[in-house]
Amino acid sequence: MNLEFSGEHLAFQQKVRTFLEENLPSDIQDKMKGGLRLERDDHVRWQNILAKQGWMAPAWPAEYGGCGWSTVERYIFDEECGRAGAPRVIAFGTKMVGPVIYTFGSDEQKAKYLPRILNNEDWWCQGYSEPGSGSDLASLQCKAVRDGDHYIVNGTKTWTTLAQWADMIFCLVRTSNEGKRQEGISFLLIDMDQPGIEVKPIITIDGGHEVNMVHFTDVKVPVADRVGEENKGWTYAKYLLQHERGGTAGISNSKAKVGRLKEIAGGIKAGGETLMDDIDFKRDVAKVEIELQALEYTDLRYLMTAASGAPIGAEVSMLKLRGTEIQQRISELLMQAMGYYANPYMPEAMEYGWNEEPVGFAEAPPLAPAYFNIRKTSIYGGTNEIQKNIIAKMVLGL
Amino acid sequence: MDFSLNEEQQLLKDSVDRFIREEYDLDKRRELAGSSDGYSEENWNKMAELGWLGASLPEEYGGFGGGPVETMVVMEAFGRGLVVEPYFATVVLGANFLLQGGSEALKQDLLPKLAEGKVKMAFAYAERQSRYDLHDVEFKAEKSGDSYVLNGEKGVVFHAAAADKIVVSARTGGGSRDAKGITVFLVDGGANGLSRRDYPTVDGLRASELTFDNVQAEAVLGEVDNGLSLIETVVQHGIAAVSAEAVGCMDVLLDTTNEYLKTREQFGQPIGKFQAVQHRMADMFIKCEEARSMCYLATMKLDESEALERAKTTSAAKVQIGESARFVGQQSVQLHGGMGMTDEMNVGHYFKRLTMIDTLFGDHNYHLKRYSDM
Ligand SMILES: Cc1cc2nc3c(=O)[nH]c(=O)nc-3n(C[C@H](O)[C@H](O)[C@H](O)COP(=O)(O)OP(=O)(O)OC[C@H]3O[C@@H](n4cnc5c(N)ncnc54)[C@H](O)[C@@H]3O)c2cc1C
Repeated sequence: MNLEFSGEHLAFQQKVRTFLEENLPSDIQDKMKGGLRLERDDHVRWQNILAKQGWMAPAWPAEYGGCGWSTVERYIFDEECGRAGAPRVIAFGTKMVGPVIYTFGSDEQKAKYLPRILNNEDWWCQGYSEPGSGSDLASLQCKAVRDGDHYIVNGTKTWTTLAQWADMIFCLVRTSNEGKRQEGISFLLIDMDQPGIEVKPIITIDGGHEVNMVHFTDVKVPVADRVGEENKGWTYAKYLLQHERGGTAGISNSKAKVGRLKEIAGGIKAGGETLMDDIDFKRDVAKVEIELQALEYTDLRYLMTAASGAPIGAEVSMLKLRGTEIQQRISELLMQAMGYYANPYMPEAMEYGWNEEPVGFAEAPPLAPAYFNIRKTSIYGGTNEIQKNIIAKMVLGL
Repeated sequence: MDFSLNEEQQLLKDSVDRFIREEYDLDKRRELAGSSDGYSEENWNKMAELGWLGASLPEEYGGFGGGPVETMVVMEAFGRGLVVEPYFATVVLGANFLLQGGSEALKQDLLPKLAEGKVKMAFAYAERQSRYDLHDVEFKAEKSGDSYVLNGEKGVVFHAAAADKIVVSARTGGGSRDAKGITVFLVDGGANGLSRRDYPTVDGLRASELTFDNVQAEAVLGEVDNGLSLIETVVQHGIAAVSAEAVGCMDVLLDTTNEYLKTREQFGQPIGKFQAVQHRMADMFIKCEEARSMCYLATMKLDESEALERAKTTSAAKVQIGESARFVGQQSVQLHGGMGMTDEMNVGHYFKRLTMIDTLFGDHNYHLKRYSDM
């Protein structure tokens, strides 16, 4: 047992740090630190920089364009990105559909789509959930009927994150109603830019537009864009969910946020001192920091286990569950730090470059909306209740 | 001991409940919150006509002779409707300042107008450095002839833009965190030298930052230099009233969630059939009932003569309300899944209001500490 980084790792850390210092655009960094909303262009700009460096998808196997980094190196990379305030790469391409394509896709699909993901040319979104199928995903109804070399797709997907910015959507569709529900699902790659696809915004409780309903009316999809076998899509879907959940813990990001929380609370007056001198607040911060540490070292333990080849299963659910609870708690404390100044709703102050006199505290505007918004994390990627069901099954051997 | 409403209170409840049910749905509320004033003058007049504004005021000042229980009945219903009209700022805070601290002439003048809907009020107390300490006052008042001149800034003053009269806490002596040396003043909403920066709040209300530049006070409320106890008394009324509002909000969330659990199906059955969900719902119910009890207690203790006892109960209620509101709000969103995250559904709007109620007059941490220090 040994927690130290080797000299090689320290050198790697320095390399990443230098890269971030030299390449992360300062406006994007400012937005991240201030908790301001990123535009499509911000993500694209940053991802183009990573793509150019060859760092879009470090975890992919080297033969498909991954970095060939060790587990520890990947951890260091995430950690440094979080510290520097770099946006996380949008997961739909690199962490979701990419691995499905290189694991289950055809050679043509690999040749066509993987480079486009690595070069940041396609923005992907995820078409799993439907109005009637959330936790019970296998009940999905969106239908694909074979017509020669094509499928004709009809139905509705919902909660589709950033579909309004997407070029491509990967969809679970029903191709058979026979047998078990899980055995009639196929996995399609669909171009968003075609007739019959309509994207309708869903506004969330923080006033933001990040999710959508996507309607499909007689959309033609080449059979060549089906991943793997017909009616075997559920297997690929589950494989993907495993990846998705692993990515939702957001540990490096949470660490950066705890740092910010201390900084902000240190500048807020309370009881004649600062809020960081307030014993109750200080303890709340300490508590979440300890929880985060426990999560981080759990994550690291699992990563090292996985690196040695042992399978990781329901443990991923635990990372998702605790990771999201911790994100929610940090966000709550950030809002609470503002006291009364959590109340004002100042959307204009959440725009980058707004430089009028702040209302109360300059940091305040995005914090309450962020707290409202972050309630989503215990819902998406499989709700936390569903994660507990999975963990319970494993623990009890059910 | 009796926790039931008397006949008049029941009638009041029926009438406010009916209004909320029939005339104050979420679409209407959304429309009002987005309008230029942020509330409806028409509704305000209606509230006056139906006797709600005067329900808790003594008869000699144009009221109907009720008290804290009447206020509770109204606030609970207004919580159910997420009402945006400035009832709380005017009737709970403003009127209580006048009643407890105003001269007889001032009461005779303003309270009947307030009951008729002709005078709206706001209470300006928070400052950038004060956080939740009511005694942390840097805002200055200086004697000038037989009146006072006010200078300084007040933050997050709810409904200031609508207010005809504003109650302000100011320092007339002592250091900025001394309990002594605080005086409460009444200022005209349109006074010279008073400027406002208005904004909506995250839960759909209106508030303002106020700057006072040599503003002439109209009257002193309570005693010069001894204003803190007046403020604390009125704030106790305020906390009891927002507790009732919170209970109203939680009741709606409980009903809405309950209904959703029975109708939303996953895995071939209503999600309310899953035991994990049932237990959550049971916890929500318990939190809601505890909040209701503490709300009743805080309301009924407002007439308690022992100041410490009253203060303790108020802090206890605020802690309970904060914790119940947080749990019920968060879990209502959670149990609705993606639907709970939408602006379209009512759940998020109640969740946001409940979240912000925790910041009013000190959050759960603040009052837990106060309670344990008492
Ligand atoms: C902001 C946001 C972004 C999203 N992005 C995407 C996306 O890009 N693509 C996509 O496909 N989907 C996306 N989703 C959808 C997300 O995956 C679903 O919301 C989630 O799976 C829950 O489904 P549901 O909303 O239908 O809730 P339901 O399944 O109806 O659940 C309602 C409640 O019942 C509980 N429940 C259900 N079944 C059980 C059970 N067996 N035991 C215990 N409790 C249970 C749930 O935990 C929840 O609390 C997103 C959701 C949100 C909120």
